[in-house]
Order: sequence, then structure tokens, then C-alpha cells
Amino acid sequence: MNRIQRTFARLREQGESALIPYIPVGFPAAETSESLIRTLCESGADLVELGVPFGDPLADGRVIQDASTQALANGTTLRACIEMVARLRPSYPELPFILMGYCNSFLAYGLERFAADAVEAGVDGLIIPDLPSTMADPWVEIFRPHALDLIFFLAPTTSEQRAAATMSKGSGFLYCISVNGVTGEREKLPQELPAFLKQARAATDLPLCVGFGISSEEHVREISRHADGAIVGSALIRVIQQAAPDQLEGEVRSYMQRLKNATKPITQR
Amino acid sequence: MEGFYGKYGGAYVAETLIGNLEELEREYLKVKDDPDFRAELAKLLKDFVGRPTPLTPLHAISAEIGRPKIYLKREDLTHTGAHKINNALAQALLAKRMGKQRVVAETGAGQHGVAVATACSLLGLDCVIYMGAVDAERQAPNVQRMKLHGAELHLVHTGQKTLKDAISEAIRDWITNVNDTHYLLGSAVGPHPFPNIVHDFQSVIGLETREQILEQEGRLPDCIVACVGGGSNAIGMFSPFLEDEEVRLIGVQAAGKGFDTDKYAGPLIKGRPGIFQGAHTYILQNSDGQIGKSHSIAPGLDYPGVGPQHSYLKDIGRVEYTFIQDHEALHAFEYLCHKEGILPALESSHAVAYALQVAATMDEGQILVVNLSGRGDKDLSQAIEALARLKEKEASVS
Repeated sequence: MNRIQRTFARLREQGESALIPYIPVGFPAAETSESLIRTLCESGADLVELGVPFGDPLADGRVIQDASTQALANGTTLRACIEMVARLRPSYPELPFILMGYCNSFLAYGLERFAADAVEAGVDGLIIPDLPSTMADPWVEIFRPHALDLIFFLAPTTSEQRAAATMSKGSGFLYCISVNGVTGEREKLPQELPAFLKQARAATDLPLCVGFGISSEEHVREISRHADGAIVGSALIRVIQQAAPDQLEGEVRSYMQRLKNATKPITQR
Repeated sequence: MEGFYGKYGGAYVAETLIGNLEELEREYLKVKDDPDFRAELAKLLKDFVGRPTPLTPLHAISAEIGRPKIYLKREDLTHTGAHKINNALAQALLAKRMGKQRVVAETGAGQHGVAVATACSLLGLDCVIYMGAVDAERQAPNVQRMKLHGAELHLVHTGQKTLKDAISEAIRDWITNVNDTHYLLGSAVGPHPFPNIVHDFQSVIGLETREQILEQEGRLPDCIVACVGGGSNAIGMFSPFLEDEEVRLIGVQAAGKGFDTDKYAGPLIKGRPGIFQGAHTYILQNSDGQIGKSHSIAPGLDYPGVGPQHSYLKDIGRVEYTFIQDHEALHAFEYLCHKEGILPALESSHAVAYALQVAATMDEGQILVVNLSGRGDKDLSQAIEALARLKEKEASVS
């Protein structure tokens, strides 16, 4: 079992679902990025999704696009993201780190070289929103020998046939998109979500994690009833943007702890 | 349908869009050879667009250069003034067949936006256009036209505020409204099946040219020149000649203020392969894979990527890709106006400028065809200002 599998196995035993925060590396500032990520690691994150900033992030909404632009302006590169994981790894030996970025960043680095460097640094998996399973065979071939999980998306629009192919190629977990749309906070979860997750559950043994539009404890609690994890990106970035600099880590910690609490069974809350 | 030209192309998009792309491919394959659809489209192209467009011999310029016979394929004479209407109308018709009532589109120079707004108005579809704020400023008359045709216009203030950012926003809109919306992509770029579809719907340019030159000259041209931004007019013109090895095909990209400055486009010259906006293709990018800034005086050529088929044609050497700078395009713009009474778009002026250079190397009796992809009304004030500045600069240097 790798780190991601061990994490989900442990959570399943505890009856909890995973809380997965997303944050671009180098955001909001190059100097504070590492300590902010450490705060996430220490305040309830079960897996951490680190954003590799890209200037034209098509699957993301305004909040993540702006945060990525800021991270790029702070000089963040893919190499810097790998180095960040290498620095974090000794402190958190069991915490899975997943890099989320767009195809061209990895291509420009060189896929073989990236896979080797990423694994050496302690990266566990990859989320690449513009790499659908249909296009991914050459990538899977390169990443699999390195035991690097390639995490695919399942959308409400994904056909049954495609879903089967996606599940067979993916590893780590399945990223279930809650709505048709780009990332960003939304008030309510769609009504169709439980049925969509139930269908996915019947078709795969991979853990199901839900992202896009997840922002509140209620959302996380609801998702925990139907899935194995909740991914929170834009809402977390908003908390960071709105916090006073001297209260940043405190605000992030308390937001994370509230969300983490919502992933636990009622008796433990 | 394959989705790849060699290693280029593909559909590198968010999972949410895959269902729509599959549906689009299915529906497109259905209408592709459907005689009813083709007849309806042909009728609209004839009665509404004004096809076939003429193949005009340039007597004065040919006489002055004294070498090949030069012809212009007159896409500037289509309704709305550019080749963009061929694809816009055809895709709008396809959208209607697919039962989509809402169309989103991006526009750079405004010509595609105007064409889409026009087609939607004709066919009774709701129309939403995304346009970079910078482009909207330099193409004000087209902004007014789109609004008059009832389009809802969204100015894009992110990134460089030009075509690439407008495409990103249009794709985001599409991801959010996948069920009732068709994304009417305006160039031979983006994820499969768009490059195929646009290639097909623009091939009318080359097919007509082929027929017309055979009728007027009794043989195929020796050389064909077209400008390449995303590359839709060029692929439409080149496509029926790809198998004719004796026809030299030249695609002209925009070198802006020159490759030794930081203001240029021309990904086929200065870019390298990567994945951008849904396709594997040549793109301007830095060493980290971030998409490069692009510049051209012609908004339609100001794009850091290019259609994947062009990338393939470059690699196999079937098409020669070269470049023209802003100032050369401006001189060609003025020259064509003076000599032949034809006002070319700044995009097309790049093709004209390079064609004049090639003509000087060709022999008497040879035939050169230039695709005049659009007319220059939209560029008038910008071109006149730029020409005045250019002449001032040239006068001070000499």
C-alpha cells in the first residue's frame, strides 16, 4: 500500500472522510507559503493538494485563477513545487502530497524527468485537469513504474462507458466534480450529487473525493455521508485573502479544524 | 475521425467537456455527408454569404512586378467581410440541428464575433460573445455590429485581455452551460473535433479557388499564400491542394515588431510543441511551460498557438511557414489600396506582403494566388495612424 491508500484505509477504519485542502505553492507570498502549507498539514488535512500555478487554468474559476497568477508573479515554478514537497516530506512522513497542475507545465519539465524528481521529493500523486483519461495513456505509462498516482476526474456529464475506462486507468482516488462548471464557491450542493456518487460507488473500489464548490461545514458533512473525501480550494483561498496578515495562520487553522470536524462521525464531533 | 494530425491535436480538456465534444463529433459526422444539411448550407452560402467569391487578377501589380500572374481570392467580399462567416454559419446550423439554442463564441479581431452574431441573428439563436478588452478597444466598429445583431458581449479583463483570454472565458462558459450551449470556435484550433470541423467548413475557399483557376488558367497555381494566426483561412485554402505536390503552399505568421523584440506572435517560427487550450500544437511558451505573450498589429494574428494541422504540415514540410512584421504588413496594406482599389484586413496584409516578396522570385507565366481573408474597414483608423507613425520614423531615419 502506498501513502494515499494507507490514508484512506485508516480513515475508513475511523469512519471518517478525508479533508483535502488545495492551495497554490507560492501563494499568497513566496516567503509565507511554506509555513501556511505547514499550518494546513497540522490542522486537519488528510491529504494536501498543492497547486502548480499556470497562467491559463481553463478548469478553474476566478478565485483560483487569480491566486495562480499571484503565485506565478511570486516566481513559483514546477521545480519550486517539487522542492516544496521535498522540504515538507521529513516533517510529515505519512501525509500524501498531490500536485495539481496543467499539462503544459509537466511537458515543459519533461515527463520522465518530472516523474523521477517528483517521487524522489515525496510526491504521491497528480491531478491534471486538462488531461482526460482518453489522452492519458502515454502519461500513465511513464508515471506507473514510478508508482505516481494519476488521479482522474468524473463529471456529471461523463458517460457510463467513459466512466468505466476512467476508473480502470486512474489510481489514488477518483475526483468527482460536484457540478458542471469551473472551480469556485457555491451556496448549495446540487441535488443530483448523491445519485451521481452512488453510481460511481457501484462501479469502482477507488475512494471518491468530491470537489468544486465545497466551502462550508454543511457541505463537508453532506459529502462525508456519500463519499470518502472533500476537496476545498476556492473557499480556503478566500479565507486566506480575507484574513488580516497577523491572524492568517489562526484563521486558516480554525477554518480547517471546523471542516475536519465535519468529516467525522457524529459521535466523535 | 481520429483527432490527431501526427502527434498534434487531441482533446486536452476538462472531463466535464468530454461528453459535449463526443456529442459534437457524433452530430458533426451525421451532417458531414448529409445531403440535406449540405444543400441547406450551400444555399445559405450562396444567397446570404454571397459565394462563390471572385478570384480577382491583379493586373496593375502583376504588370509592375512583371513576373507571375497574381490573383486574390476575395473572402473580403463575403457578407460580414471575412472568411469567418463560412464557418460561423455552418456551425450555427449544426448547433441548431443539435437542438442547442445558445451559442457562445470568442473573438479577437471581431470578425468572427460579427460572423457568429450575424449567423445567430439569421437562425434565431441566442448569442454570447467573449472579447478581450484590449481587442474591443482596437476594433470598436465590430463591437457595435455585434451588439446591433443582438449578441450579448462580455469583455474579458484577465490575462493579456486579447484573443487567448477570450477563448479561455468562452470555454469556461461552455463548461458551466454544457447542456444547452454550443461553443462556436472560430479558428482551426482547440480540442478535437473543432480543428476538423473548421477545416471542413472553410475548405469551400480552396475548392472554389481550384475550380476558378482551372477555369481561368486551365491549370493549378504554382504558389498559394495565406496568413496564419489560428490558421482557419489558410487551412481552408490549402486543404484541397495538399495532395498536389507541385503547388507550393506558404503560410505567413505575424512577427510583430520583430523576433529580436518582445513583441511578436508566430508560434510556428518561435514556439515549440506543447498543450494549450485543448490541443497539442506549437505554442509560444517560456521554459516553464507558461504561455507566452503575443503581439501583432493584426488582432486576428495575435495568438500564441496555432491549429494542430498546421503544426503537422510544418513538421512534414508540406507547407512552408514564414513571417512578416507589422511595418511590412502596413506597407502592403497601403500598396494594395493604391494599386488595385482593394482594402485588405491587416491580417491578410501579411499574406499580401509576403506574396509580393515571393512574386519577385517567380517567373513570368507562373501563377500566384493570395488568400485575401478579410477586408480592412475594421482596421482603417488603426492602420492609418500606424502608417503615419511609420512614415515619420522612416523619414527621420533616412
